[in-house]
Amino acid sequence: MKPSPFDYHRPAGLGEALQTLAETGSHGKVLAGGQSLIPLLNMRLAAPGHLVDINGLTELATISADASGVRVGALARHAAVERAGSARAVQPLLAQALALVAHPVIRNRGTVVGSLVHADPSAEMPAVLALLGGSVRLARLGGERDVHARDFFVGPLESACLPGEMAVSAFFPALPERSGTAFCEVARRHGDYAVAGVAAAVTLDEDFRITAARVACVSVGPVPVVVDVTGVCGPRPPASVDWDEVARAVQDRIEPEDDIHATAGYRRHLTGVLVTRALRGAAQDAAQSTAHDAGEGRA
Amino acid sequence: MTTKLFGERVQRREDARLITGQGRFLDDLGANALAAAFVRSPHAHARIRDVDVSAALDVEGLVAIYTWEDLPGLLAEPLPLLIPHPALTHGRTGHALARDVVRHVGEPVVMVVAADRYVAEDACSLIEVDYEILKPVVGVEEAAEAVNLVHADVPGNVGAHLVQEVPSPEGLSAREAIEAAPHTLAFRLDIERSASMPLEGKGVYARWDADDQSLRVYSSTQTSTSVRMAVAAKLGLPLPKVEVIAPDVGGGFGVKIVHPWPEEILVPWAARLLDREVKWTEDRREHFISSAHERAQVHHVRVGFDDDGRVLGLDVNILHDHGAYTPYGIIVPIITSTQLVGPYKIGAYRVEFSSIYTNTVQVTPYRGAGRPQGVFCMERTMDRIAAHLGRDRTEVRAANFIQPGEFPYDQGMTFQDGRPLIYDSGDYPESLRMLKELIGWDSFPAMKAEAAAEGRAIGIGVGCYVEGTGVGPYEGGHVQITSDGRVHVSTGLTSQGQGHETVFAQIAATELGVPIEKVSVVTGDTRRFGYAVGTFASRAAVMSGNAIALACRKVRDKALKVAADALEADPRDLEITDGVVHVAGTPSASIPLATVAVLSNPLRYAFDKETQRATQFAGPQDDDRPPVADGEEPGMEGKDYYSPVRSTFASGMHAAIVETDPLTAEIKILRYVVVHDCGKLINPMIVEGQIHGGVGQGVGGALYEKMVYDEHGQLLNASFMDFLMPYATEVPRIETAHLETPSPLNPLGVKGAGEAGVIPVSAVIAAAIEDAEGITIDRMPISPSDLYSLRAETRLRKTQ
Repeated sequence: MKPSPFDYHRPAGLGEALQTLAETGSHGKVLAGGQSLIPLLNMRLAAPGHLVDINGLTELATISADASGVRVGALARHAAVERAGSARAVQPLLAQALALVAHPVIRNRGTVVGSLVHADPSAEMPAVLALLGGSVRLARLGGERDVHARDFFVGPLESACLPGEMAVSAFFPALPERSGTAFCEVARRHGDYAVAGVAAAVTLDEDFRITAARVACVSVGPVPVVVDVTGVCGPRPPASVDWDEVARAVQDRIEPEDDIHATAGYRRHLTGVLVTRALRGAAQDAAQSTAHDAGEGRA
Repeated sequence: MTTKLFGERVQRREDARLITGQGRFLDDLGANALAAAFVRSPHAHARIRDVDVSAALDVEGLVAIYTWEDLPGLLAEPLPLLIPHPALTHGRTGHALARDVVRHVGEPVVMVVAADRYVAEDACSLIEVDYEILKPVVGVEEAAEAVNLVHADVPGNVGAHLVQEVPSPEGLSAREAIEAAPHTLAFRLDIERSASMPLEGKGVYARWDADDQSLRVYSSTQTSTSVRMAVAAKLGLPLPKVEVIAPDVGGGFGVKIVHPWPEEILVPWAARLLDREVKWTEDRREHFISSAHERAQVHHVRVGFDDDGRVLGLDVNILHDHGAYTPYGIIVPIITSTQLVGPYKIGAYRVEFSSIYTNTVQVTPYRGAGRPQGVFCMERTMDRIAAHLGRDRTEVRAANFIQPGEFPYDQGMTFQDGRPLIYDSGDYPESLRMLKELIGWDSFPAMKAEAAAEGRAIGIGVGCYVEGTGVGPYEGGHVQITSDGRVHVSTGLTSQGQGHETVFAQIAATELGVPIEKVSVVTGDTRRFGYAVGTFASRAAVMSGNAIALACRKVRDKALKVAADALEADPRDLEITDGVVHVAGTPSASIPLATVAVLSNPLRYAFDKETQRATQFAGPQDDDRPPVADGEEPGMEGKDYYSPVRSTFASGMHAAIVETDPLTAEIKILRYVVVHDCGKLINPMIVEGQIHGGVGQGVGGALYEKMVYDEHGQLLNASFMDFLMPYATEVPRIETAHLETPSPLNPLGVKGAGEAGVIPVSAVIAAAIEDAEGITIDRMPISPSDLYSLRAETRLRKTQ
């Protein structure tokens, strides 16, 4: 379990990194937290000729939040994002999801943007980006582009990031007022990739009726499966929603497969259960923030 | 200050070293050694047509490439079949490097030696082996149908077949007794494959000393003395010229008792041939596909019983999946067969097993070694009987218990050590009473009803076992007190983190009356002790513990004799306290053990003030007696061996309460309770640690671990990503209580404790899930997905 030979680059700045990536093209690979890449290298499942280590580019270790959302730089570790109060205030789903990502030692090292580029359909962060309709900023020598989440996840372990490009940041939009979120999953062991998992976002109106409801499901398709269930849920108060019908609406859209840990049937069933749990949790979260806002308004 | 340490919760002396990174494991040694790596078969069954190494020859740093054709003499012969048995009519072992046919994915084909492991693996990747693919045999039942053969010369894929029959006291055979019984049941029970999976894999590091013509080998092994004999024999070296040392070993759990592994003879051979240090450290993928697995068995059970649930006849047929080879014989199915009967008096018993070859990794003992399967059979049978009769599950067990007055109890079979299966002591009714009290067995129905009212499903399960521990043939101990008052203890068996440095020091300190700080312990180093068997079968405390105690008693007798001369006292009036020999009741008449050690060795030369007292011109002496009397030896040391007539039988009972989620089918262990009897406790804290680790592995076997082979014989989950072992978060808090029924077979009255924790866990968890769900559980492990499927099948059956 030792990697194949590769050339190691440790650029001093972003420009140098992009230069190297431009020169190495499809033979170049960016090393950030290394929590997926290093095992792939050691098992010789990946054998890039050039490794571009961006751990020296501290200017990419940024987390900035404003009313529109949270932008996370390529070198921001999971743990830093999880603990960032400003990010939590603007987009609480980040911290809710990150608590479910592996274990603390992995979160200390792994990066949010790295997880997005790795594009594992069982991972939490791609589902969060997909649910929120966020985007990833891809830089290349002499330019950059923003790719919407719906176009970014192409297939299992396949993103829209092209040879010569590097994901420099990701943007997680804030939700409208009176919104709430939740992330529910079942993993075989604490911290494992989820057998099934559901991220949910719900928005209420002033009368606590659901006006928007969306879920993103993990481990049940080649990419995170986003389903808008506003039509099945609203406009009704959460207590009068037919949750079984909502679950069925999502189950109709997913494509789970058998693997050694679970059957497709179990994954489908579990996704239904988690859809209900996550949406109810998100609706409760939204109701609390609505009540909180109302309270502040009175004050 | 007291020096009675036997039985105390003494802190583990090795932990400070191990948890601060000061341990020296195999890969910490030999920083400048060449590295070995292996090309291993990617196919489950194939004929090697050709090996082309030409592309690898240009790799910079390459030193050597070896295939089977390069191996001289005995190295080219098949690896030893360590434990032959008359029933193992078709035992087969592999070669150190595959000769012409590979029989499982991972079998070593080519060895590469290079400047470092990176280069060695680069070279491996360039070696091309041309294989003719043969039909793989996967799955024990498919293998038993023998459509294809694993070994062309083994008909039916049957390596071994053994029947043991114990008639009832009335002379009925098991089948007759079942026919005649008022009630009968028949069912099938399955256990899947798992593996020892120590944190540290295997590893070998060898140094050849050309000037001295001697070889030193470090191996992460459970038996350094046997590796030494195997290496000396395979390499044709004189035994005194070979030293084998087990350094700190990061777990074994059985897999490292197998020897010699191919690498254990190839690496020393290459080191000698190249006259360079060579090291091989197994990586995790290699450990998954090239070491050993265990557990997989299919059991067909028939039982006949009376209205009280007493078992009148039991007939068990076992299909044992042996993998590709049988280097460790048929120990595992023999243990399942014999230990299955547990703490019970079975009217008449018949057990038959067929040991079947498959194109998968070989099967050798893993902690528990066939007992978890046997206990799963017996305890599931007890639960079925209780369900059939509508009786309490513990009542049915109690009705079958061997009673305290019935020891020694002869089960009428031959155990794994070739000796009669005779239990030496135990108190099963008391153990069950303690267990029921601890878990709250009698109040559980109310608790269950309360949970049900809240929409929660909980269940309780119980499991009992008896474990033959401390199998022979022997272990030895050597004890030396040096003139600085230190006590040096050595024994040949090895340590893998169990706490031997602590418990053996406790024994020595107690026997000799010295502070434990004065005692140091060395294990598994053939330079210090040459004769030993190894660490397996829960035998270290029983075997080496007693040997060390006996050696200490010899040293103590000698010390008292020397001290008696010096103090002009009767040795029978002397005691040793805190390292000082003194006349009982007269503390002033005393002499330190250090001085006694000096006096025990009459010197010609004084090299310090202390030794001046022992020179031939020092003190009064009898001119008519030689300085070293007849029958005496200079120095304060002693050696002794412990060799038992047969194993001593520990026992225990576990109970668990689990909760199953009605929606997600997740399974959570709410409580786990253990009553444990390993005779006299040397260190209760270390015994509890052994139980905790064992239960942890048991939880793995019950809820998580399986080796998933596809129909081509590819292991689909050969990494820690997909082979799930429980984390600390998946292992419940374990509540323990001890019962002590001393063994009458050994001086310390101890029984083994190493494997106990793992044995009944699958049986207990299955019973608890069955109780929570009302669904029969007959195969383990069980995942939430499995439980979901079982629920669906049950619903379907009910609606049909």
